[in-house]
Amino acid sequence: MAPESMDVSIVLCGPAGQGVQTAEQLMVAIFRQAGLNVFATKEYMSRVRGGSNSTTIRISPGRVRALVDRMDIFVPLDRDAYQHCSTRISQDTIILGEKETFPPDKDDLPGRFQVIPLSRLAKDAGGAIYTNTVVVGVVAALCGIDEAVARSHVQDAFQKRDQKIVDNNLSAIALGYEAGARLPHKLPFTAGEAGESDTTDDVILNGGEAVALGAIAGGCRFISSYPMTPSTPVLTFLAKHGTAFDLVAEQAEDEIAAINMALGAWYAGARSMVSTSGGGFALMVEGLSLAAMLETPVVIHLAQRPGPATGLPTRTEQGELLFALHAGHGEFPRAIFTPGTLEDAFHLTQKAFNLADRYQVPVFILSDQYFIDSYYNLPPFDLARAENTDSIIQTAADYKRYAFTEDGVSPRGIPGHGEGLVVVDSDEHDEEGHITEDHDVRTRMVQKRLKKLDALTREALPPEWIGPPDAETLVVCWGSTVHLVTEAIAKTKGGKHAVLYFKQVYPLHPGAADLLSKAKRLCIVENNATGQFAQIIQSQLQIDIPVKILKYNGLPFTVEELVHRLDEAAG
Amino acid sequence: MGSTLFDMEQSETAWCPGCGNFVIWKVLKEILAESGREPQEVVIVSGIGQAAKMPHYVKCHTFNGLHGRALPAATGIKVANPGMLVLAESGDGDMYGEGGNHFVHTIRRNPDITNIVHNNMVYGLTKGQASPTSTRGFHTPVQVDGVLSEPFNPIAVAISLNASFVARASTVDQPALKTILQQAIRHPGYALVDVLHPCVSFNKVNTAQWFRQNTYALEDDHDPGDRVEAFRRAIETERLPLGVFYVNPSKPVFERSLPAYQQSDAPLASRRIEMSRLAEFVRDSFR
Repeated sequence: MAPESMDVSIVLCGPAGQGVQTAEQLMVAIFRQAGLNVFATKEYMSRVRGGSNSTTIRISPGRVRALVDRMDIFVPLDRDAYQHCSTRISQDTIILGEKETFPPDKDDLPGRFQVIPLSRLAKDAGGAIYTNTVVVGVVAALCGIDEAVARSHVQDAFQKRDQKIVDNNLSAIALGYEAGARLPHKLPFTAGEAGESDTTDDVILNGGEAVALGAIAGGCRFISSYPMTPSTPVLTFLAKHGTAFDLVAEQAEDEIAAINMALGAWYAGARSMVSTSGGGFALMVEGLSLAAMLETPVVIHLAQRPGPATGLPTRTEQGELLFALHAGHGEFPRAIFTPGTLEDAFHLTQKAFNLADRYQVPVFILSDQYFIDSYYNLPPFDLARAENTDSIIQTAADYKRYAFTEDGVSPRGIPGHGEGLVVVDSDEHDEEGHITEDHDVRTRMVQKRLKKLDALTREALPPEWIGPPDAETLVVCWGSTVHLVTEAIAKTKGGKHAVLYFKQVYPLHPGAADLLSKAKRLCIVENNATGQFAQIIQSQLQIDIPVKILKYNGLPFTVEELVHRLDEAAG
Repeated sequence: MGSTLFDMEQSETAWCPGCGNFVIWKVLKEILAESGREPQEVVIVSGIGQAAKMPHYVKCHTFNGLHGRALPAATGIKVANPGMLVLAESGDGDMYGEGGNHFVHTIRRNPDITNIVHNNMVYGLTKGQASPTSTRGFHTPVQVDGVLSEPFNPIAVAISLNASFVARASTVDQPALKTILQQAIRHPGYALVDVLHPCVSFNKVNTAQWFRQNTYALEDDHDPGDRVEAFRRAIETERLPLGVFYVNPSKPVFERSLPAYQQSDAPLASRRIEMSRLAEFVRDSFR
C-alpha cells in the first residue's frame, strides 16, 4: 500500500453475472459497520454475462468521495479481469487471486502477487457460487476488520434465503478470513480509528437514490419513464419505494408517451417527472416544447452517457449540456441543475419540483453514469431545508389559464379544483387558452413566456467557491466532477488552486461573472470533448476560459489524472 | 342545434360546412349534458388536426396537446385525478398514424378513457393526403398512383388487443352514434369509438352517400361478449358493420388498479408528503 495515503483503494473485477456487485455491497456494509468512510463506484460493460466489470471501493478514516486510479488491493476474478485493470497496477498493489488468473511472467511485472485458492475455498464452503463471499472474507481480514463484523453482515445480507445458503456464506467468510489473516500486509490505519468527523449516524447511498429521494421530498406523485441506462435506477427506486409515499411509477411504451403522461399528470395537479438518457430525451424533445407552450411544469432527470446515438450505453460523459439547453422547437425559458454532490442531488431535485411548479417551466436535473452509480456515506439529508410550496389556485368561474401578469406567471388552476375551466393548448392561444392567430396576442404571449427567465435568473443558485479565496488558478467545473476536482486541487503542485463548482448551469447566477474574474488564471474541467459549459460561459458572460481539461473516452476522470493535467496546465 | 350545458358562448368553428365533425360535436354535447356531469368534471384531450379542435368548441376542461399524443396525456390526467370524465378525441391520422404506438399500449393499459376517433379516411388540415385508413388505390397529391398500403383496421386491432370496449359508428346514423357514445362514456375502462364520417373537401370517394351504401348495423343479437365473433365481424371489408363489436367488462381499469388508489380515492394532487416519514425511511433504509 502506498505509505503516504491515508486511504485504501480496493478493486474487484470479474465478468458480468459473477456477483461482483454482491461482493461490493457486502464489503461496503462491512466497512461502514467498522466505522470507516466509504466511497464506491463501478464501471461495467453493456452486457448481462461475461466481459469485465469492476468496482472500486475506497475506505478511509476521513471522508472519501472521488475515484482514484490507484489500486492498493486488486482482486481479479479471471485473466481478462487482470488485463482489464492492468494499467492501474503499481509496485505497491497487492494482487489477490488464483494462480491461473495471474500472467505467467508475473515475477517480472509490478505488483505484489498473492495466490489465494479462491475456487478451492469456495468449493469447501459449498460451491463456486461462494467465490465472492470468500473474497469479501479475504479483504476484510487484510483490512483488519473484526471477523464478527463480517459474519454479522453476511447473516443480514442473506437472512431471507435458505439456512443452507446462510451457512455456506458464513463458512465462505470464515475460510476467506483465515486466508486473508495470513497475508503479511496491513492497513495504514486501524479500522474504527477516529476520522475528522463522527459518521455513526451517516447514511450511504448513490446518485440515483439521492435523485429519487429528492423527488419524493419534492412531492413527486408520478414518474413515467422508459428504461434507459444510466437513468433507470431512479425509475426502479421509485417503483419499489414510491407507493409508501403516494407515488405512481409507470413504464411508458416510449419516451414520447412518458413525457406526455407526465404533462397530463401535472396538468391535473400531480407533480411528475421523467428519467431518461440522451437518446430517450431526444424523443422527449417535442414534449419539452409542449411543456413550454402549455406552461405546464415538468421535471426531467437526464442521466448522461456518451453519444451520439447509442454511443457507449453503460459509460459516462457530460455531453448533453448544450442539448438540454437548446432542445425544443420555439423559444422558451428553462432551468438546469447539475448536482455534483449527493446532498445537492437530493436538495436540487426537491427544489426542481417547486421551481417548475412556481414558474410553470421545464426544470432539468442533469446527472451522468458516474454520478448515478457512485456512492458514499454522508450525514442524513437536512429535511428542514426541504420545504414545498404549492402554487395551485382554486379557480373562479371566469378563470383564464393564461391571464397576463407582470412577471409572466399566470395563476395555475387544475381541473376539479374550483369553478373555472382549465384550457391549455399547444397552438398559440389567448388568455383563456383557446387557439388564436392574432399577431398582437402572439407577441404578448411570447413575451409572457420569456419573461419568466427574469425570475428564474433571480432565483438561480450561485456557484460554490471551494478552496483558498486568494487562489491563483480557478478550476471551473459542474456536476459529477466536483469531488474529483476538489480532491485534485489539494494535491497539485503548481500554485494555489480553488474550485468554482456550478450546481446550476442555466440560467447563470448574476454573481457568476464576478467570481470568474477573481483569479489570475481560469481553467475548466469537463467530461466531454468540446467544453460545452465553457461555451455557455463564453456566450452568456463573454468570459473566455483558455485552459480546458477534457475527457471523452467514456470513463470518468480520476483524482491522479486531474492532478497530473492540472500540473501540466500550470506549466 | 339545441342549447346545452356544454355549449360555448360563441359557436364559430374552423370546419368546412357539411363536415361530419358537426354531427359528432352536436351529439357529444348532448350526451355530456345528459350524463349528469358538469363541465368542470369533464376533460377533453386532443391532438392536432381538424377533429382535434373539438375541445375548443365544447365548454369543458381542455388539453389540446401534440399530434398523436392525446392518449398518454389523457392517461396522465386519469392517474392524477380518476374522478374526471376524460375523453381523448382526434382524427384517424392522429390516433392511428402518429399515435399508433400509444393506441396499442393504451388499450393494453386500459385507463378509463373514451377514445373518439374521427375517421374520414383522409388528412384534412394538411389538405388531402392519405391517412392510415384510406382505401387502397385512393389518389391524393402525395399518393399520386393511389394508396399502396392496406388500410389500418382499428376495430380488428383493438379486439385483437382485447380492448375493453370497441365500437364503430357513423355520422350518417346519428341516433346510433349517440347510443354508442353514451355506452362508451359509461363503460369503465378504455372505450374506442371509431366514427366514420365524410370529409367534404378532400375525400370525394368516401362520401356520405358512400357510407350509407357501404355500412350496416350489427344485428340486435350480436353478442359483444364473443371475442372471436367480434373479430370475424371486424375484418369484414365489403360493407362495414356499425355498432358495439366487443365489450370486456372484466378487464381491470388501470388507474383503479394502482396501489396509490387502493387505500384512498383522493386525487394525487391533493396528497402531501410527510417529511418526517421520509426522514425515517432514509434513516432506516440507508444505514
